[in-house]
Amino acid sequence: MNANQIAIALWTLVSKEIRRFTRIWPQTLLPPSITMTMYFIIFGNLIGSRIGAMDGYSYMDFIVPGLIMMAVITNSYSNVASSFFSNKFQRSVEEMMVSPMPNWVILAGFVLGGMARGLGVGVIVTCVSLFFTRIDVAHPLLTIVVVVLTAALFAIGGFINALLGKKFDDISIVPTFVLTPLTYLGGVFYSISLLPAFWQGASMLNPILYMVNVFRYGFLGVSDIPVGWALTAILGFIVVLFGIALWMLDNGKGIRS
Amino acid sequence: MAEPALSIRGLTKVYGNGFQALKGIDLDVAQGDFYALLGPNGAGKSTTLGVVCSLVQKTAGKVSIFGIDIDKDFAKAKYHLGVVPQEFNFNQFEKVIDIVLAQAGYYGMSRREALPRAEELLRDLGLWDKRNGSARMLSGGMKRRLMIARALMHRPKLLILDEPTAGVDIELRRSMWEYMRRINEKEGTTIILTTHYLEEAESLCRRVGIINHGEIIRDTSVRDLLAELDTETFLLDLAHPLEDAPAIDGFDVRKSDDAQLAVMVHRGQRLNDVFDALGQQGIEVVSMRNRANRLEEMFVSMVEEGQKSAKSDQEARS
Repeated sequence: MNANQIAIALWTLVSKEIRRFTRIWPQTLLPPSITMTMYFIIFGNLIGSRIGAMDGYSYMDFIVPGLIMMAVITNSYSNVASSFFSNKFQRSVEEMMVSPMPNWVILAGFVLGGMARGLGVGVIVTCVSLFFTRIDVAHPLLTIVVVVLTAALFAIGGFINALLGKKFDDISIVPTFVLTPLTYLGGVFYSISLLPAFWQGASMLNPILYMVNVFRYGFLGVSDIPVGWALTAILGFIVVLFGIALWMLDNGKGIRS
Repeated sequence: MAEPALSIRGLTKVYGNGFQALKGIDLDVAQGDFYALLGPNGAGKSTTLGVVCSLVQKTAGKVSIFGIDIDKDFAKAKYHLGVVPQEFNFNQFEKVIDIVLAQAGYYGMSRREALPRAEELLRDLGLWDKRNGSARMLSGGMKRRLMIARALMHRPKLLILDEPTAGVDIELRRSMWEYMRRINEKEGTTIILTTHYLEEAESLCRRVGIINHGEIIRDTSVRDLLAELDTETFLLDLAHPLEDAPAIDGFDVRKSDDAQLAVMVHRGQRLNDVFDALGQQGIEVVSMRNRANRLEEMFVSMVEEGQKSAKSDQEARS
């Protein structure tokens, strides 16, 4: 395929994915907006007013970046996991496999689709947060870079999950038992400086902590960990996971007999 | 000489559980041919086609599509290939038009190029009125036609149809045959189909390959294969019922029912002799037909022979 044909194939996949999640918006866009609104009301407004300041910011201001990031992570991941697995389940993945599209285009198409949903939900949650607080972004470029990279990383993760999954249960296990606990323990609702030394060290093994903190740094200008280090870690994870996903596709893991 | 549309050499497939589905198949399908790949369930038809379409990973062997080795440039080879699988493999919740346009996009066709092609195909296959409806609302026959339209979007030179008319009513099956004949004759598209309807293979195809236990046991023209048929049974419908079957010298004649005779005619015998003898006995024939599809008789006997020889090989080994 030449560059123009690749661009057409890639856009076909991305637009198809965007069409899919916007068509079923009551399942994809509405629930996270409602859930996050609940978080803002209960944790930010009701309980947050009693908690007081966190790292020098009101509790509401502190949790806004974490909640946006949480929405981006879960939606990027689950969009690709459920969409690609549905393609496998309905065998419509064969439409792509018999075509001359390179595997990296298939992977990139689904990842970009997942990113579109993750970032779309992120924008919705940001808009909802404006009803509760005023947002000042300290480092806009860094904020955008981090959220885009994070969406990409978890979209790739969702793709690998869908490749490995054999039944629908398999694509809900990781979000439920891995992603959600790591996100909750990744400093969305608290600063790790509140933890005892041991648990601070243990938290450093949680990759989501780095993303939440760098994103918060972009918003507020405060972070528990060095920003450069976190960005390098995110990029490293992206490269490694993209390589694994592509290798799996090239070798037909989970899709070819 | 032109490269074959499809060339397979020593194709072997061993699945993860150790089952050997293909045992070194060799097969050539000429450009412009209409080829039937026949075989009982589990014989290896779908595995063979799956390897050609990249849905199944081969264990060994070489496959070339219009001279392009799939191990060297599968992407280029895939441009020549259109696939209609046995089972529905599209997103049932998408619109008909979106399904065919997306397929064109996967081949790098621009929307400007794809839209008129989609209209042409959907009109030809009677789906244009359904274009904005969800695919799940289509009948089974319409879904099959949708898969044909989708496979033809990028104008492939080789079309593979895996049981395209399974579960389709007779009228629709005939119209699909007509369509397949047209694209084979008018557009020169090479067609390979698998089917369980032997009548379909006999009616449409010029060549036939019979696969059994992962091996090609025959690869010949339909005409040559039928010429090998030793015996045919004709059913003669009579104007009046008979008490007993008449005796005709040299022919085995039996009563199928009161007003129908079954006459076995061996190669070299003349049907005229049967009619002459019946005429002399005052028996009036009003119509005549083959008892079974001729290719079907041939196919069943070959598969049975294959099974007997496989069984005796197994007994000899044990």
